[in-house]
Amino acid sequence: MKDNTALLWFLRSYIGVVFIFIFAPIFFSVIFSFNSDRFPTIPLGSFTLHWYETIIADPDVWAAVRTSLIVSVSTAILATLLGFATAYSDYRYTFRLKSAYLALVLLPPTIPLIIMALAMLAWFSRIGTSGQVYSIIIAHTVLTAPFAMAIIRLRLNQMDENLEAAAWNLGASEWRTMWHVIIPFCRPAIISALCLTAAVSFDEFAIAWFVSGLNKTVPVVILEVVQGNIDPRVNAIGTFVFFTSMTLVILAQLFFIGRAATRSHSG
Amino acid sequence: MADPRSGVRINLYALTFRLPIIVWQFLFFIGPLLFMVAMTFFLVQNYRMEEAFVFKNWDRMLSRNFFWDSYVYTLTLASLTTVIATCIAFPASYALAFKTSEAVRRWAIFLLIIPFFTSYLVRTFSWFVILAESGVINAMLRTVGLGPYTMLNTAFGTVVGYLTLTLPLVVILQTFALSNVDRSLIQAAQNLGAPPLRTVFAVIIPAAKTGLIVAALFCFILSFGDFVAPYYLGGSKPPTLPILIIDTTKSGQQWPRAAVVAVIMMTTLITIAFTALWLAYRKRASR
Repeated sequence: MKDNTALLWFLRSYIGVVFIFIFAPIFFSVIFSFNSDRFPTIPLGSFTLHWYETIIADPDVWAAVRTSLIVSVSTAILATLLGFATAYSDYRYTFRLKSAYLALVLLPPTIPLIIMALAMLAWFSRIGTSGQVYSIIIAHTVLTAPFAMAIIRLRLNQMDENLEAAAWNLGASEWRTMWHVIIPFCRPAIISALCLTAAVSFDEFAIAWFVSGLNKTVPVVILEVVQGNIDPRVNAIGTFVFFTSMTLVILAQLFFIGRAATRSHSG
Repeated sequence: MADPRSGVRINLYALTFRLPIIVWQFLFFIGPLLFMVAMTFFLVQNYRMEEAFVFKNWDRMLSRNFFWDSYVYTLTLASLTTVIATCIAFPASYALAFKTSEAVRRWAIFLLIIPFFTSYLVRTFSWFVILAESGVINAMLRTVGLGPYTMLNTAFGTVVGYLTLTLPLVVILQTFALSNVDRSLIQAAQNLGAPPLRTVFAVIIPAAKTGLIVAALFCFILSFGDFVAPYYLGGSKPPTLPILIIDTTKSGQQWPRAAVVAVIMMTTLITIAFTALWLAYRKRASR
């Protein structure tokens, strides 16, 4: 028994070490964003808001924030629409080549981003839509629709199979049932999918870098700043991006993931 | 009244939900990928791409040593990272799956999701500052009289970057895989007197095999395709395949040659993915 307690404590501290490795870069990035040294190290320099002031005064950063917001909001809406339609098709119908259909929908996230980036860049220049804000939106929608589909599909799993049929029996048309029964039932998952797809799009840099042309998003600006030199502005922008994304993720969690967990737990 | 569920034939309602994603994916997913494959046979003349069917780009890339150096280096580092990540993650996932309460596990999973929504670029930059010769780790080592050690622009730096990208995902997937192992199997092994380590290797790992392999596969795919870690932390010497794609695309305007690299990467990944999935779902030979 004594061995077991020692083992237990060893395993717990081991989890701690793994978490330290995972969170060290996030932690230091936030700390260094308030640190006065140009090349931050330990011991820390003095507290400063200088890096935040520099990025707030930089019109390029504001332009990038604007592009990023347009891209992530549009991506979220498109990806969630497509994801919902696909999840519902999968839930309700069986049809020929369904596994091919699902593979077609779910494959994009397994392909390295840099390959998608090159393929998108070449394709968009071929069909003459390269370098536009909507090029990024299209590419990000391909990338994020599978996530929206997965989240909404999980929610549909929780729906009583007879609910839809009951509405039909009471005389509602399929469209009415969709609007008054299925969409309200899926609402938490839909909101959750909107938040998560927006967060993924807001962080994606490889595809955005290749297809954006002059319309840089925030991560593309970060990429270019990092390429230049050691520049603590990166930490300030990064911290801003971190809190934006975290807000979206926590919202998504509150709306759906937490709910799903308690539901599956209670039965 | 006809039950709408009974109709197998396609109607407008069904099409409204089924068709959009098919059209969208063909236009913006299959289309780009097929075009990229076609592009490997195109010609570049005076910085302009012309549609053609020649093997020049393939010849050009496959006959060069730098390409093969890069290929072997990328494959080695990605495989190494997969092994390291799997080994580092396993005890943590094991502890999360079997030795912690439901509440702790849920919190841990939530924490592990956070890194996916923090900019990977910023985290890499942060490692750059932590690992540098005048950085945080060397400053701490100096207080105990060690170092400084060169950690940037080495394979070590690249692997640290890859692990930053992959470790959270590997822990999450492994924890799910291990949580799904039938507890009665473990109980049975213990009742039969198997020591803990034996239980882990003879019962738990085989039972969770599929999930563990899928986790490793994702780790490999992510590392193999990442350009940030090898560029900023590894010093790009030799460049990995993703860096080769970027350099060839951005500076030389040689899109067809970059496409050759991308197609070779895809072929490699597909081969490895199918092998891994075959291993993952293979029935164990009866003894």
